[in-house]
Amino acid sequence: MSQATATVEHIPTAARAQAAVASLGPWAWARANLFGSWWSTAVTLALGYVIARVLISLFIWGVVNAVWTVPYSNTGVADTAICQNLKGVGACWAILTDKYRLILFGRYPYDQQWRPAIVVVLFIGLFVVSGMRRFWRKELALVWLVTLIAVGILMWGGILGLPEVSEDYWGGLPITLILATFGLAFAFPLAVLVALGRRSTKLPAVKMLCVLYVEIIRGVPLIAVLFMASVMFPLFMPAGVNVDKLLRAQIAFILFAGAYLAEVVRGGLQALPKGQGEAADALGLSYWKKTGFIILPQALRLVIPPLVNTFIGFFKDTSLVLIIGLFDLLTMGKVALSDPPWQSFSTEVYIGLALVYIAFCFAMSKYSRSLERDLNRSRVR
Amino acid sequence: MSQAMENEGLPGRPAIVLDKVNKWYGTMHVLRDVSLSVAEKERVVVCGPSGSGKSTMIRCINRLETHQEGQIIVDGTELTDDLRALDTIRREVGMVFQSFNLFPHLTILENCTLAPIWVRKMPKAEAEELAMSYLERVKIPEQARKYPGQLSGGQQQRVAIARALCMKPKIMLFDEPTSVLDPEMIKEVLDTMISLADTGMTMVCVTHEMGFARQVAHRVVFMDRGEIVESGPPGELFENPRTDRLKLFLSQILREH
Repeated sequence: MSQATATVEHIPTAARAQAAVASLGPWAWARANLFGSWWSTAVTLALGYVIARVLISLFIWGVVNAVWTVPYSNTGVADTAICQNLKGVGACWAILTDKYRLILFGRYPYDQQWRPAIVVVLFIGLFVVSGMRRFWRKELALVWLVTLIAVGILMWGGILGLPEVSEDYWGGLPITLILATFGLAFAFPLAVLVALGRRSTKLPAVKMLCVLYVEIIRGVPLIAVLFMASVMFPLFMPAGVNVDKLLRAQIAFILFAGAYLAEVVRGGLQALPKGQGEAADALGLSYWKKTGFIILPQALRLVIPPLVNTFIGFFKDTSLVLIIGLFDLLTMGKVALSDPPWQSFSTEVYIGLALVYIAFCFAMSKYSRSLERDLNRSRVR
Repeated sequence: MSQAMENEGLPGRPAIVLDKVNKWYGTMHVLRDVSLSVAEKERVVVCGPSGSGKSTMIRCINRLETHQEGQIIVDGTELTDDLRALDTIRREVGMVFQSFNLFPHLTILENCTLAPIWVRKMPKAEAEELAMSYLERVKIPEQARKYPGQLSGGQQQRVAIARALCMKPKIMLFDEPTSVLDPEMIKEVLDTMISLADTGMTMVCVTHEMGFARQVAHRVVFMDRGEIVESGPPGELFENPRTDRLKLFLSQILREH
């Protein structure tokens, strides 16, 4: 049988599969989709073999032969000899059980680490609350403000009997979440304004400023923007004026994300039929009411997929603050690996870090799909 | 300007006055010295071949398009770049579009109450009551909780009429309201417009529906190549066209229907 006939046979198989799923369950589905012809059977078996081999080795390495704890010497130094002997045969998760607090909370004073822990919980709570559509009211802005203040009080301390902790000791997940959350929360409204400004026909100066902002920021790598914020910016400031490093990185991040998000939002604005704005005009709605009630609600829901795409990208890009000496989650992983007994166990650390990033990013993409489905329910045609 | 007033003989001050209006798109001259006066409670139908400038003219009346020369006075206020004056005028002028332009993310009821609540500052309950009364008038109160996408074209256009009426406008503009509808839906929309005409609303309507023009229009205006070629009562204009251009247009329209 030639290649061509195999492909031809394959087309009705897929169509049949649709019906089979509904009527006959997983076995029929597998028969139709995985073993429909000799060719797809061969591919199924080959891929199945590869996947099984990988999963089995992973299981043996990660679970069966894995080491979860190591003994400590009298001076408190970890004795990683067992791990060293098992290298390549079993995972040494002991580095994570030993270092997880350093990785998650950085060099924050050990006995005060409940504070960044609460900060992380607060952030996750904020995400959950902001995600629920029934909480989409004006009060939500207040919730954000209160969270921002609470995060500040918990991290800095110095009041309410909390010992003061300098920013130099912050690190790990709180840094990543602070940069990503407030970065995107401020970048998004900025992006909407810039996108609107760039489409303005009545204010040419504003339009030009918006175009300049977007094009300049987009033409420069994020690393360069961060460098400018951390190294060059202080040079231009008068002596004695010192804007702190985290805030500078945060602002650089907002400006950078704002430019990218602005283009995404502009795409949504352009996709909207002209008649929508005209109908709003004809009803006598002012520019801001037209924009707020008619244009943005429709434009933004059109661009949920690219918006979330950008959000996820920037969540991960927070790890670039490493180069200006801020200790985010990824950087703390590297710091943990610099401890001599643990130096050779980077695989385990990076897998652990990857799981944290995946958890946040997967939650974002999962949520965006449900949001898209809910919001576009009215667009049935 | 005064010629229009003499033509139809309705008393009252003019609701809309266009005086020597000119408009260009680049080098294309789309409105040429258009002068037209519409009295209060007068119903004017504008017809003409496509590209004749009739839609552009009607869209100039609520400044969806800007004119470059001449004067447009609506309800006693001249249309200029003054935004506040423009807001006042748009509040008093309702518009119905060819492609309905309902807001797809809002329910039918929300489509109708949005402007009364946010422009007229009407309390929500009152606005909803008003909207329901107009939806009843266009005979679709049972669709109030649905979204525009769930309605037929004819129903959507009737909602669009109700939405415009909820602002209690003094003048209604119709820009080819039936031209994208299926034949069986045209009638329901025209019936709605006829019953609106019976209430004494000032109406300017761009349409090719000659039956409708005969039935409700005080005056028909024929436009071609950006200028008003002829105008007069529908019977007179249709029976005794004076210009070749109108004769040609009428013969084409009659062949179509």
